[in-house]
Amino acid sequence: MIGSPAYRARHHPAYWAFLVHRLSGLVLTLFLPLHFLVLGQALRGEAALDGLLRWTDNLPLKAAETLLVTTAAAHLAGGLRLLLLEGFAWRGPRKDLAALAAGVSLAVALLFALAVF
Amino acid sequence: MGVTAGESSAQEAMLDVRVWHGAEHGEFRHYQVPRRDSQTVLDVVTYIQRHLDPALSYRFACRVGMCGSCAMTVNGVARWTCRSHVDQVTADGRLEIAPLAHLPVVRDLVTDMRPFFDKWARAKGRFQGATTRSDPVARVPPDTPERRAVDAAIECIGCGVCYAACDVVGWRPEYLGPAALNRAWTLVNDVRDVSRLERLRAVAAEGGCLSCHSHTSCSERCPKKIAPTAGISGLKRACARAALGGEL
Ligand code: SF4
Ligand code: SF4
Ligand code: FES
Repeated sequence: MIGSPAYRARHHPAYWAFLVHRLSGLVLTLFLPLHFLVLGQALRGEAALDGLLRWTDNLPLKAAETLLVTTAAAHLAGGLRLLLLEGFAWRGPRKDLAALAAGVSLAVALLFALAVF
Repeated sequence: MGVTAGESSAQEAMLDVRVWHGAEHGEFRHYQVPRRDSQTVLDVVTYIQRHLDPALSYRFACRVGMCGSCAMTVNGVARWTCRSHVDQVTADGRLEIAPLAHLPVVRDLVTDMRPFFDKWARAKGRFQGATTRSDPVARVPPDTPERRAVDAAIECIGCGVCYAACDVVGWRPEYLGPAALNRAWTLVNDVRDVSRLERLRAVAAEGGCLSCHSHTSCSERCPKKIAPTAGISGLKRACARAALGGEL
């Protein structure tokens, strides 16, 4: 809760970066079965897959897709941030890496939104 | 400041202070403490013990940020209290002072630091050299990467602030924690030390450096501006290299 001691103690960018990474990881894991379900339609022939893909061709689902791509981008950028953070010698809190990861995910989100809408 | 700033002055600014009483179970007690210039949180606690509640237990020694004994949870954040000024930690004159998290509470604001320092021992935090006092003093060039890594991490005062700030310590009680691992990192980089492999084994084991999620809360809160996360990352790399080289 904002204002509570537990919140105040964790109120710094690297902790938010951790939260984004953990939550995006969970969301992507939950989405994975759905992803396979859709791809699995191809086993039943081209028509089945195309039918399903046509069904997803509407505004709410495109918005959801954009969110999902943003989540994937955030998870990827966060993962790269961790690899850089743990892979090389550094000093200080390295908030620039968290900011860079946030920037990259935002850019991917915007590019994707431009492409689908 | 002026002559009117005595304790009896009617309009004197007051701090609203809640202080933990008891051990694991207890309650916050409420005190009014006069506001002073350049007042530290430790000054506030000392005022309460000297003037309002002589039975209050707390710990301090040096009052100048050297001994590491005065750390407490101040408004939800672990801090050294002797060098935390009241105006840095509260805007509205309210203070909530509790013992450090993740450690057993002995009484009031005093925590039992044994689990914390036992983990330093588990992380092989003791220097082991090959020479005796009659040998010549070792010469360590100051600009080698190892010596620089030691310099960045050596000023730890053992206050436990990082340990209290680390979520992983709370989630996994067997986790060695940032301070013990930071200590191990200084020794891994000490060219005079001869128990490097043994130490790497200790920190690579269950509950060691591989449990760290790089939240960096420890580095964020360390009053000595040490970044234990950087040292723990260094240990992860050292362990990985040793494992790849077949040493671990
Ligand atoms: S960086 Fe590691 S040791 Fe430091 S607070 Fe985070 S999990 Fe704990
Ligand atoms: S690393 Fe910093 S916060 Fe942790 S015990 Fe040492 S001085 Fe205190
Ligand atoms: S009293 Fe020694 S560090 Fe605060």
